[in-house]
Amino acid sequence: MEVHRHLDEELAALRDNVLRLGGEAEIALRRAMHSLAERDTTEAREVLDHDDAVDQLEVEVDQRAVDIFALRQPAARDLRFVMSVTKMAPVLERIADHACNIARAAIDLNNEPELKNHARLHQMGEIALEMLAGALDAFTKNDATAARQIITRDNEINELYNRIFHDLIEKMANEPATATRDARLLFVAKHLERIGDYVTDICELTVYMAEAAVIKHRH
Amino acid sequence: MPATITAPTFEVKSRPTGGPVTTKIEVENLSFYYGRTQALQNISLKIPERHVTAFIGPSGCGKTTFLRTLNRMNDVIPGTRVEGRVLLDGEDIYAPGADVVELRRKVGMVFQKSNPFPKSIFDNVAYGLKINRLTSNKGELHDRVEKALQDAALWMEVKDRLKSSALGLSGGQQQRLCIARALAIRPEVVLMDEPASALDPIATSKIEELIFDLKRQYTIVIVTHNMQQAARVSDLTAFFLLGKLIEVNTTEKMFTAPTERVTEDYITGRFG
Repeated sequence: MEVHRHLDEELAALRDNVLRLGGEAEIALRRAMHSLAERDTTEAREVLDHDDAVDQLEVEVDQRAVDIFALRQPAARDLRFVMSVTKMAPVLERIADHACNIARAAIDLNNEPELKNHARLHQMGEIALEMLAGALDAFTKNDATAARQIITRDNEINELYNRIFHDLIEKMANEPATATRDARLLFVAKHLERIGDYVTDICELTVYMAEAAVIKHRH
Repeated sequence: MPATITAPTFEVKSRPTGGPVTTKIEVENLSFYYGRTQALQNISLKIPERHVTAFIGPSGCGKTTFLRTLNRMNDVIPGTRVEGRVLLDGEDIYAPGADVVELRRKVGMVFQKSNPFPKSIFDNVAYGLKINRLTSNKGELHDRVEKALQDAALWMEVKDRLKSSALGLSGGQQQRLCIARALAIRPEVVLMDEPASALDPIATSKIEELIFDLKRQYTIVIVTHNMQQAARVSDLTAFFLLGKLIEVNTTEKMFTAPTERVTEDYITGRFG
């Protein structure tokens, strides 16, 4: 059973790696949204500075997964786990990239006069963060039910995005002087909308991992 | 009287040549006893024609015993007893009066350890044809031997030394020679009991490629301890444990999402 103990240890290490990556993506998003809300350029720059470490974590997940495929030939639930993790890692890395883009928008906006508070944008950010934290929790617990529930929340993000989109387009038409800054906020909303999609991908992978059920493109 | 168990059903891919998948062998409620010891319990299974079906399971689980019931090889062991039915093309091979010689012509077997006769390569392959008088002249005999060696992917390696002793071949070549010998009499089903377990990776790879090619013409049933081999070569995989058939499914399903927890534990190496 020694060989299988090693496999269990390697799978646990891979799980730790991807959860660290997920944690970093979550922190990046939280700090990026905070830097935007509080006009904190220093914090926004820290998000950007930390992105290389996030990228490195993704590379480590890839390498561990390749090693397990090559040396252990995982099957059944182990195979589904390693497969899911290899697909999840780039998704988490892209979430961190979107957080960086939000941080860049915050830096640009912080150099300009403050716009009126966009409560819906921050609400969108809160939902995206709750979804991401919940998705990582569902992955950790191998909980397909929780993952499915989180997927339904993507509709909330999409609805908020549509409302923000229309509000900002209308505002840009009526107030051309602030259109550039409003356009930046629109991009922030788009980044959050994409993050909602990526969290959905993570949840779909968790359902596959837990139940061997492929639900992508089916909800 | 044991309860009737219906053979598991599953969707099997059509053959590469197309056409519907038909059942070649149907096993119904098969139990097998060595004296008073029951080695197989109420096994029901359908083996599709021109596909590869792999039997996996831990040592002593009954997979080889089950394989040997498919051409009545266990008949030669004193004190054994079979209950249930094994239908080959709908005919019960255990029915009173069933022709065992004809059965073994239709259902050939390749064993774990290659067992060439101490004869020439040609005579090894020609042996079954000669004793069964399946050819009418030397030319036909030569053609059948050549075809069998080609089907066993051995012809190119031995065509210039057919009169040499088979014992001079490498282990992998000897095993392919035994496969050629089994194929020469044109069986419909080939049973393979761990055919590559004593071979190095290259020879194993050749046997696996051969199995893959042979399924175009033959129904193959293989017992293997090597789960990756089962995954590589088979269309269906059946998992045995303690004389019971626990699960049978398409190989893709078996190795990605088996239905039974105990199957998953075995496949992922967490068994016992």
